[in-house]
Amino acid sequence: MISLLKRILRTGILTEPLPAPAEQGAQPEPELERLHDDILAILGRALTIREVDAGSCNGCELEIHALNNPYYNLEGRGIKFVASPRHADMLLVTGPVTKNMENALRIAHDCTPDPKLVVAVGDCGCGCGEVGALFGPNYATCGAVENVIPVDVRVPGCPPTPVALMRGILAAIRRG
Amino acid sequence: MRFHAEPIDFTPQPGRGAPVWTGRAADGEDLQRFAISVHRHGGRLAALWGEDRRPQGAGFRLHCVFALDEGHPWLVLDLPAENPVYPDLAGIFPAANRMQRAARDMVGIGFDGGDQRPWLRHGAWPADWYPLRHDAGPAPTHENAPSDYDFVQVGGEGAHEIPVGPIHAGIIEPGHFRFSVIGERVLRLEQRLGYQHKGVERRFMGADLATGARLVGRISGDSTCAYAWAYASAAEAACGAEPPPRALALRALLLERERIANHLGDLGALGNDAALAFGLTQFMRLKEDWLRANAELFGHRYLMDRIVPGGVTHDLDAPALSRLVGQCERFGREVKALRRIYDEHAGLQDRFLTTGIIGADLARELSLSGMAARACGIVLDGRAYRQDYTPPPPWAALGVRPATDERGDVAARVAVRFDEIFESLRLLRELAVGLPAGPLRAELAPVPGGMGLGVVEGWRGEVIVGLNFDAAGRLARVHPHDPSWQAWPALEHAVLKDIVPDFPLINKSFNLSYSGADL
Repeated sequence: MISLLKRILRTGILTEPLPAPAEQGAQPEPELERLHDDILAILGRALTIREVDAGSCNGCELEIHALNNPYYNLEGRGIKFVASPRHADMLLVTGPVTKNMENALRIAHDCTPDPKLVVAVGDCGCGCGEVGALFGPNYATCGAVENVIPVDVRVPGCPPTPVALMRGILAAIRRG
Repeated sequence: MRFHAEPIDFTPQPGRGAPVWTGRAADGEDLQRFAISVHRHGGRLAALWGEDRRPQGAGFRLHCVFALDEGHPWLVLDLPAENPVYPDLAGIFPAANRMQRAARDMVGIGFDGGDQRPWLRHGAWPADWYPLRHDAGPAPTHENAPSDYDFVQVGGEGAHEIPVGPIHAGIIEPGHFRFSVIGERVLRLEQRLGYQHKGVERRFMGADLATGARLVGRISGDSTCAYAWAYASAAEAACGAEPPPRALALRALLLERERIANHLGDLGALGNDAALAFGLTQFMRLKEDWLRANAELFGHRYLMDRIVPGGVTHDLDAPALSRLVGQCERFGREVKALRRIYDEHAGLQDRFLTTGIIGADLARELSLSGMAARACGIVLDGRAYRQDYTPPPPWAALGVRPATDERGDVAARVAVRFDEIFESLRLLRELAVGLPAGPLRAELAPVPGGMGLGVVEGWRGEVIVGLNFDAAGRLARVHPHDPSWQAWPALEHAVLKDIVPDFPLINKSFNLSYSGADL
């Protein structure tokens, strides 16, 4: 037990500041703080996300997992992944949406209470870039998430980095 | 050469990949006899797929890759264009069950008897339309209605079913698990997969080598290096080309980095599933450091598209190599300290020990490979020497020591992961110090009609890619095979003595790929 506590102390707090919302990079500091205030103002308490893998290669999931490591610490910002779409404010969907997942994705979307946000993740989920084209619609897939349910924000990348994912989630909140 | 005096002549595959022999069965009976002989000698069924060869003026072809101590015999059986049917192999190798059903769904080649339920086809396309036939054309318009699936039912007083999925309660890939339980005791688990089926194999048809390399790196994102290497190795064998030594060493370096990244993540998640959040935080911190170093050294956190047919895309200079060695030393210390905490944590060990057991006999029967097989005491690692087997370069010169554990439970799969991290760190240091000089890439010229098979020991197990070119030198057929095909049925057995709440922990201890097996 002592070695465990010692390790926790020695590791310290690793959480890094929130990324700037826009792609342009550095923004003035107050902007970052305002973002957190925005989350609280818009959502009252916190944001809850239901992740739906509708056909990814699991690369996007690796980066979504990374969002909760101590560096990005998404949960520490009041953004939490939940087990049911009924508890969720946002669906975070990876693709390309397979035909075998199309119905399940529609049902999950129907079960998410309004007002809801949908973020499409990855080149496949957004239907963009070279990889998005490689995994475009065919006999087994519907292609991009927006071909199946309405999408608010797109986070391209193969896979998108945790910082890009955080920017996308924050952008959706501000739009919502 | 011949195996076990069976009357099938095999020819060794050229190139620098894992040892593979190609042969042709005269008829279904020939194939069945060979399969029985492989089984009797303790061999495995490594992969099975179908191919439409009617454009070449032939019929259909069944490909079976077996695994023996010496390496992989790759046996093909030509089937007539009309009514292509072969004898059911699932009675010899239970692992054949899902692969045969997938080959029927994809190519329309049948097998006599056994389990005839669809596997990858859920109802999005008609039962008499086969996507991997050359004359399939665009998919017919068809209502995508969810189909019924004939799960095996368990009866009796108090027995009931718990259906789980396809969308699971975490950040995981989709699949359906049907538990039959009494109280919390699991009587039976049946999986229904295929939800991740994206028609990848069809996307390969007619593509060029470079496009195929982009696709193959996205069969299962967590194993992108293993797939890219297996594909490159298959392409090199089919083209009769050899990658330069520096490229082979860098491929090994990339593969071991992938193994460590995945093992770090799994060890954290396994701690978390046994309620030790400390473990998740610590290992995810290490994994993030590891991924950031990947991005620094190779320009991609998961190392996608770094291994290509003919060689690799990125080189490491001397300062980068010395940084890598320093990082390995730091990680060795950190993981050692965390292992001591895991080993001494009574609550954690209580959950790990005797949970989700698979015996060595069952593992052999199911053709299990890789980390899960080694955790049942089976000394099987494509990177390491064993009797009658010499690993391909660069492994032969590295003296890889396979990690094994006899217990077959979650604790064993945790222990094997720890041991493999230390061994991979050693391999990385050796590779970095002894990196041979020379070019990074050899030119490949596709040989019309050529075929090749690549086998790579990925972090999960044996990743196999079989490919052949058409008359124009484009990809006619590529079949990527994930070790999860064999390991998913093992998971069905592993939960049988346990309770439902242990399932997430047992499942995580295997951490199988859905996308890799759903294609």
